[in-house]
Amino acid sequence: MSAPAVQARTGVPLPAAVATARLAGRMARLAGKGGTSLPGKVLTRMRPDAIARMSDRLDEGSVVLSATNGKTTTAALVASILEAHGTTLVHNRQGANMAGGIAASLLGSWRRGRPTGALGLFEVDEFWLDGLVRALRPRVVLLANLFRDQLDRYGELEAIADRWHQIVADDAATTTASGEPGFRLVLGADDPAVADLGIDRADVLYFGVQDVAVARDTADHASDATTCRICGASYVYTASFVGHLGHYACPSCGHRRPEPQVTADRVVLHGTRGSTIDLRLPDGTVTVDVHLPGLYNVYNALGAAALTHALGVPAATIAAGLTSTAAAFGRAETVRIGERELQLLLVKNPAGANEVARTLALAEDELDLLAVLNDRIADGRDVSWVWDADLEAIASRVRHVTCAGTRAAEMAVRWKYAGVAPDRIAVVTDGISAALDHALAAAPQDHAVPIHAIPTYTAMLELREELVRRGAAKGSFA
Amino acid sequence: MRIAALYPDLLNIYADRGNLLMLERRCAWRGIGFELTRSTIGDELDPDAHDLLYLGGGQDRDQQLCAVDLTTVKRDAVHAHAARGGAVLAVCGGYQLLGHHYALEPGVTLPGVGLLDLHTERGEGRLIGNVAIEVDGRTLAGFENHGGRTILAAGQEPLGRVLSGHGNTGVSGFEGARSGNVVGTYLHGPLLPKNAWFADELIASALGVRADELEPLDDRFEDAAHAGARRAAGV
Repeated sequence: MSAPAVQARTGVPLPAAVATARLAGRMARLAGKGGTSLPGKVLTRMRPDAIARMSDRLDEGSVVLSATNGKTTTAALVASILEAHGTTLVHNRQGANMAGGIAASLLGSWRRGRPTGALGLFEVDEFWLDGLVRALRPRVVLLANLFRDQLDRYGELEAIADRWHQIVADDAATTTASGEPGFRLVLGADDPAVADLGIDRADVLYFGVQDVAVARDTADHASDATTCRICGASYVYTASFVGHLGHYACPSCGHRRPEPQVTADRVVLHGTRGSTIDLRLPDGTVTVDVHLPGLYNVYNALGAAALTHALGVPAATIAAGLTSTAAAFGRAETVRIGERELQLLLVKNPAGANEVARTLALAEDELDLLAVLNDRIADGRDVSWVWDADLEAIASRVRHVTCAGTRAAEMAVRWKYAGVAPDRIAVVTDGISAALDHALAAAPQDHAVPIHAIPTYTAMLELREELVRRGAAKGSFA
Repeated sequence: MRIAALYPDLLNIYADRGNLLMLERRCAWRGIGFELTRSTIGDELDPDAHDLLYLGGGQDRDQQLCAVDLTTVKRDAVHAHAARGGAVLAVCGGYQLLGHHYALEPGVTLPGVGLLDLHTERGEGRLIGNVAIEVDGRTLAGFENHGGRTILAAGQEPLGRVLSGHGNTGVSGFEGARSGNVVGTYLHGPLLPKNAWFADELIASALGVRADELEPLDDRFEDAAHAGARRAAGV
């Protein structure tokens, strides 16, 4: 286990590996190929320990966050708060959140043998969390929620929950064995599958929504994790907010939602524009305007507030940071095409789709939609989830929906069975540009009427690229 | 059309709601009355009150809870329903519970209700991907994602022949099982929205008529979605 042995096995010295990976990235860009994470993949291929070695040089260490929904937005909120706090960051901002993406962001900040940022802020894919926690040895780990998402790629929810439990157990074992402190755990109290991760730990920081006035009347169809992990009985909810997030208790063994220390005590939703919340932190209560729509973004803001509180950021700075955040890349981003506004709302699983539907239901006018359903690997090959999404909630409000993507017709069938008349549905199969043209032509001539685009992940990337090409959106890699 | 969804709160992981919605709307558009009853753990099931029983897929722990209930509380009613020709559609985890047993891991075996002559064993890794099978000369397309390998007894008729994908075991070349009006399959995605013709076959068999006696519907979108699912499976 000595360092020279590792050196011998891994071969290429780190500086040489860094130079080669950079060159590979440049060549791929010149060839017009390769994603954000390609140079990172090259780097970790040559030096499997690159992430551990490079993150070791971060003066303030790393923080890691994971969830099924809201990772990129929560990380953007954390970044905004930490920037207000004066902390420089190494951050996988574009959401490339597996090992390659994280290595690429370290590589991008690497100058003369060290990173230019002081703190690593990494959103991490649910399934890559264990390996990356071992490599990054973060100070704080935020785990926000677990929803049904892309089961073909990830296996069942419980399998992920079990892996996460193992990460927490490993951290405790390492701490006991080495005497070195492990990570501080920040958990969503309103998600039973996540809150249970803290059962055996004393120093967990929990966050949750307290304002039951914004609870819904009935639970979603897409609800997950509704049985008690300890005894198997079904949880009883006294308040249900987003999917299976809410105030719950087990009627059989008495296990219940932990009392959170970071809370939204009052929530006022402002349609598709945002919300105002009374945010209570251990060091004070602040009123915050969140310029991102829907209750799901209130959860993202709470997670970001809890994580930064754990890093010692004062309440007033957290409020300032949350208020100044613009929408993350492709998540509730609004762009202008000529006179008309187009709002991009990423949809990738039923819980996310339900929240987008709930937000769209608040719009004042009838809805003109561009729904793009792809089934590439990054979207999830299995498109079942569109049938779990509660599109019925807005079906009666749809003036026209243009369906596109690799599974455009399945999307059309979904809208039809949700209750949208077939003559309000169009299927466009010849590319994103044609689909966008169709959606623009089908909308009323009054340009004040916005179009809402609801693409899956790769569809969002394609659509955004098309918008950049038309000069409507800014490029992301400038 | 009277449907009982069994354990809809627990066996629903692959958007099983889409299958029920498909049946509901296609009945409604034809003026066929539709009634959906939910019957979960502990609920008695009336063996004479339903035309079709539906079981979906679930996570291991939920499936265990359902297995116990299905083989005790609901056992006699399920057998009586099938014996008088009532239709059953079971997908994924529900399909496994229609067999004799499911050997989940060493020392853990779930009991099955024994409506189909088969059993299931946990295999190495999950069988995941787009899948297409041939049923009575037509194609069913969908998505499969299962850790269990289902082995049919010698006389048990499969639902179909695998054209692309894994099917019951990944090697047998067969998918699902069928005995009279009882159908079990691993195909989800969900199954019926991608295969409107099969939804109509089920409606017809549950109502005791032929599918071609049902009023035709405008299936432009459904046919395109079926083609899309076949394309995804490479068929």
